[in-house]
Amino acid sequence: MRNLTGLLFAGGLGFMLLAIASGIDFGSPPMRIGEAIQSASPQEVGAANIVTSVVLGYRGIDTLGELAILFAAASAAGVVLGRRHTTTGTQRKGGFVLFHGGALIFPFLLTIGFYIIFHGHLTPGGGFQGGVILAAAFFLPLLARPGARLHHSILSVIEAFAGASFILIGLAALAEGQAFLQPMLNQDTLGSLISAGTLPLLYIAVGLKVGAELASLLSNLAQTESEQ
Amino acid sequence: MIPGVTLELILYTTALGLVIIGLAGVVLSSHLFRMVLALVIAEAGANLMLVLSGYRWDAVAPILLQRAEQPTMVDPVPQAMVLTAIVIGVGIQALAVSILIRIRQRYGNLKRRDVAEKMDAEIAASAGIRRDISQDAPLGERPLSPLPAHTAESRGGDA
Repeated sequence: MRNLTGLLFAGGLGFMLLAIASGIDFGSPPMRIGEAIQSASPQEVGAANIVTSVVLGYRGIDTLGELAILFAAASAAGVVLGRRHTTTGTQRKGGFVLFHGGALIFPFLLTIGFYIIFHGHLTPGGGFQGGVILAAAFFLPLLARPGARLHHSILSVIEAFAGASFILIGLAALAEGQAFLQPMLNQDTLGSLISAGTLPLLYIAVGLKVGAELASLLSNLAQTESEQ
Repeated sequence: MIPGVTLELILYTTALGLVIIGLAGVVLSSHLFRMVLALVIAEAGANLMLVLSGYRWDAVAPILLQRAEQPTMVDPVPQAMVLTAIVIGVGIQALAVSILIRIRQRYGNLKRRDVAEKMDAEIAASAGIRRDISQDAPLGERPLSPLPAHTAESRGGDA
């Protein structure tokens, strides 16, 4: 009975979604806002990557809300899992390849992560993607040596600092008499590393926050698993 | 290519199919971890659908180049939304997995029916009510019985 109703539900949902999607004209986006942003963003924001100027310029406050959601999810996971310091050094160590491969790849992951964060306003990438790579870099040693721990206090300091600086940059725009999170400073030449005003600073804050959050989340998960 | 099957039909059907497969998996699966995986599939389909909605024929990625005339670019707004949706999805999945870890530590497995039964039993035990009566039945004696005794007995037994 449950399976039957489930299949009926899925079939009806599929029919409804297909009926809606068949009305959309593929290849010509129905929204006008994209074109308006494309023509206005080089002068208004000055970031070569228009996705970045949407994420941090036009939808900056939404990005702040999304950071808040991520923070809430990470802290809820921390609350659910708890923090216990019972086991030390009893776990199996990772193999030779994992151990030395992790040590070898760590600086490269750091470099790539920061590169992607710093070039978020020029090329595909940015704070979110680079932050995930940074989290992976710091999680790799935990896989190789399950007994090792990340310093949660340092991570929370980084996270709090990054989140606070994101909001402070937004408030600075407010103090200048502009809208909250409005891009400020000099735009400089389009496409150079130091350009687009405060957008790179905002993306650095996002990258550090995402990286610290995901790293502490992953290490929480790994420790709980190894305690079983 | 088969006549009548266009590219947009394939793309839309793929994206919607992922959403439907994921939601059907959430409804039909009997294992909690598979439910989380099904949710991940549905989320991937929804993200794909969003990106597809900004697609434009003969357009490039929305990155400005240093040349005189810019080529047509795809809509950047859905891409910006998907970009953040993916990261939030990772956070939500981590939360779901951490809840699953706790459930497994407490109840021993992740089978939906089994976990639901054990949870019901625990809730009933901590609330001090019998499990075989309806969950909506009031606790303790009523001051005035609204129905004759034999009718009340038979109503209470259908849980």
